[in-house]
Amino acid sequence: MTDNARQPQAEDLGDNLVDVHGLSVSFMTDAGPIKAIDGIDFTIPKGTIVGVVGESGSGKSVTARSIIRLLPETATTAGAIYLKADGSEGLDVLATTGDELRRLRGGEAAMVFQEPNSVLNPVYTIGWQIEEGLRAHGMKDKKERRAKAVEILEKVGIPDAATRVDYYPHQFSGGQKQRIVIAMALVLNPGLILADEPTTALDVTVQAEILELLRLARDEFGASVLIITHNMGVVADLADQVVVMYRGHVVEQGTVDQVFYHPQADYTRKLLAAVPRIGQRLVVRDAAGQVIERKVDWREEPVVVEAKDLQITYPGRFMQPDFKAVDGIDFEIHRSEVLGLVGESGSGKSTTGRAIAGLQKVSGGSLKVLGVEMNGVRERQFKPKRADIGFVFQDPGSSFDPLMTILENVAEPLIVHGRYPTAAAARKEVGELLELVQLPKAYLNRYPHELSGGQRQRASLARALALRPSLLIADEPTSALDVSVQAKVLELFKTLQVEIGFACLFITHDLAVVDMLADRIMVMHRGRIVEHGDANEIMRHPQDPYTRKLLASLPVPDPREQRRHREELHALLADEASTA
Amino acid sequence: MSESTENRVGVPGDARLEGLRIAKPDSRLSKLPVIRDLKVAVGWQKAMLITGLVITGFFLLVAIFAPWIAPYGYAQIKGEDGVPFPAQAAPSTEHIWGTTVGGFDVFSRTVWGARTAVIAIVVAVLLSIFAGVFLGLVSGWFGGWFDRVCVVIADAIYSFPSLLLAILMAIMISGGQSSLWGGILASGISITVVYIPQYFRTIRAEVIRIKSDAYIESAKVVGASTPRILGRHLLRNSTRTLPVILTLNSSEAILTLAGLGFLGFGIEPTAAAEWGYDLNRSVADVTAGIWWTAVFPGMAIVLIVLGITLIGESLNDLADPRLRARKSAGEVVGSIEDTSVDPTERPNNDNPVVEEYMATQDPEVAVLARTIPDESRGVIKDD
Repeated sequence: MTDNARQPQAEDLGDNLVDVHGLSVSFMTDAGPIKAIDGIDFTIPKGTIVGVVGESGSGKSVTARSIIRLLPETATTAGAIYLKADGSEGLDVLATTGDELRRLRGGEAAMVFQEPNSVLNPVYTIGWQIEEGLRAHGMKDKKERRAKAVEILEKVGIPDAATRVDYYPHQFSGGQKQRIVIAMALVLNPGLILADEPTTALDVTVQAEILELLRLARDEFGASVLIITHNMGVVADLADQVVVMYRGHVVEQGTVDQVFYHPQADYTRKLLAAVPRIGQRLVVRDAAGQVIERKVDWREEPVVVEAKDLQITYPGRFMQPDFKAVDGIDFEIHRSEVLGLVGESGSGKSTTGRAIAGLQKVSGGSLKVLGVEMNGVRERQFKPKRADIGFVFQDPGSSFDPLMTILENVAEPLIVHGRYPTAAAARKEVGELLELVQLPKAYLNRYPHELSGGQRQRASLARALALRPSLLIADEPTSALDVSVQAKVLELFKTLQVEIGFACLFITHDLAVVDMLADRIMVMHRGRIVEHGDANEIMRHPQDPYTRKLLASLPVPDPREQRRHREELHALLADEASTA
Repeated sequence: MSESTENRVGVPGDARLEGLRIAKPDSRLSKLPVIRDLKVAVGWQKAMLITGLVITGFFLLVAIFAPWIAPYGYAQIKGEDGVPFPAQAAPSTEHIWGTTVGGFDVFSRTVWGARTAVIAIVVAVLLSIFAGVFLGLVSGWFGGWFDRVCVVIADAIYSFPSLLLAILMAIMISGGQSSLWGGILASGISITVVYIPQYFRTIRAEVIRIKSDAYIESAKVVGASTPRILGRHLLRNSTRTLPVILTLNSSEAILTLAGLGFLGFGIEPTAAAEWGYDLNRSVADVTAGIWWTAVFPGMAIVLIVLGITLIGESLNDLADPRLRARKSAGEVVGSIEDTSVDPTERPNNDNPVVEEYMATQDPEVAVLARTIPDESRGVIKDD
């Protein structure tokens, strides 16, 4: 709960570094002005990590951006944000202008953005970019600036910093880039670091490293960190205090233990309940309260997809070798089975899925999909089989033609395969399909942008299932969704899988999600399958060191357990270092 | 829940929030490019657009009703009674804008000239838009050597001065002096050749951007044929920027036609009225202090180009959310969800935890409330 009785003045911030007081932010839109944040209060104490959680659109990012006044021109603000600079009195950020604001940005509060690739300017060396902040804040001596840049790079764990300070951003990996961005934020030693989803674009193993670094920012630099995230695991791992936001309001603020173990607000409780956890099978009950279970044993069912020494390469650029995305993998998918394919970005998991759907050419080995050999297949041979394959894309926003209504979009497979001449003729069936995925028929006439993310993903499921396919490929179907929406979509997915009995390749980077659904799991790493087997077995007793690292890196949405879990990861990493 | 969540009440009597919630029914008409933009525009952007539309509309009307507006024909040099018009006569009640050295009535020539100008625009744009869009679609979709060849040719054409090309065309088509259609075709074709690359480039760029989008892949997975993907999905989604180029090219077309006429490669005065030709003939008059033969056709050219360019420029600004100005109607108490289309997602609903709502970190997303159909219209009647 926010403490409304204590309303600190500008002079008295106590131990708090930042006091956000009655902050409201509105945006001017074509539909009129809209309030993104409505009178929120919260505080950031000195030397603590405050996690702001909430679903997309709850106003998390806008809050963080308001603290350094990084809002678009269309925004208007009300209320006050008091920021206590070192040794000075509290200062209302929203009232500062010009030089004062410039000094404050970077000097007192720095920002770490979500996507490290787009934050670094590709045409300057990273050293130059780190020094940019120092230059802007009046450090004249060139040598001193460079020394400082090297020092900070060493601190954030860039090996051989003295040489690599002259490297360009493209010469670093994604995780290293995020380290450099954090170095840029730390170099002026600001009291406050605002991190807006700093690990969302990164793999779990890298995420663990970046979280470690942010902890270092607090412990060694004495900075406060405001971390915005939608991942409850990250909050449990890192935060000392948690602010829960919902629709532009602060629903709850408290210590991490308080919020996780004794949540006050209903919303927090529901949010926590929706977070997928390892070891939690998804149980769906029908209206009568009966558990929905598959009738058939998938092990007895025929094989739908069979890969033998499957290889997929992307041609290299001029004078560069080809890139092997998938390097000789074997697997099979039975009818009625859910096969989870897990891996980090670049592991070749999406490429495998796309090859099965005929979106990617197979370059070696054999891949049999519904009896058709995909190596060297012609579109004409494969086209009739397409009716039997459904594909659910990651981003529900872009997988629908924006100029066609939901009716026309969902009817597309029915029309293409000649079931109906026009979308209007298919209206009845599409309406039934929408009901199948629990969307009202009234949505038929809407355009995709008039649906929310979760609704669009359901409509996308309806389209994939329109022809009752025997094989469904789901490429990260829930990664773009909020946790509560994700839970709903997964439930629906399970119900439909039981009902229709399609074979499914479920591609995801989220181990907890795959554990909820899959019968078997394949773990991919650098184009190879490192582990393959029964879902329970892999989750409980991973054999391969990579799988173990993956599991250990995944933050658990439970602060106490996460502390133990972190120790395990450290032990594992130490082990790895000693053997290497 | 904290207090602030519960006490979310609007200002009494403030109907604006209701206005946000209740989507206005949209007619088909309001989805047309220019009309849609007109509804979005505010402030000086709206003024620009309206000015452009008024000027262009005026010229269109003049072109259509030229026979009724103009007192004389474009090639008429004698009155009804067979008496020739005086040459270079100052404006009078007989000839309100005076007459030219050849004895033409300036007012009539200027009015009839609008017709020629409009036909020239239509021909030039029609010829180039189809070829350009088609080539852009095919080239962007298939890529490979065909794409390379098209791009190289397009680049080569960029280096041609369009007027020179037009002169060549005029000579080829009609040996220099030409009839109405000869002159229009000469300017039309030269513009076509120069503008195909523009349409080609724009459409190709859009197609390349869109073709990796999930909905195109989704169509592929479904098994849609290439013509269907090109025609149903790519074409409609890649034509957003066309109205802008179209208007800007139209004004260019008129300038080329006028330029041809001015250089003497235009249309014979007996075949059609043409502003560029009239300007050319009035060069000598200007030094003699006869202003009316040059000012009126000159003004006509400037005005029609200005009108069309104004439309084009304001459409360009409106298409870009970063350049688009917005109403400042004062602050309304409400949140982003108030613009949501889903009634269950609105805050006054009993359900405190709304599972889904628009993923809208981006204020632009709230724009969508504008095109939402009325709730009642969306209901499907089962039959």
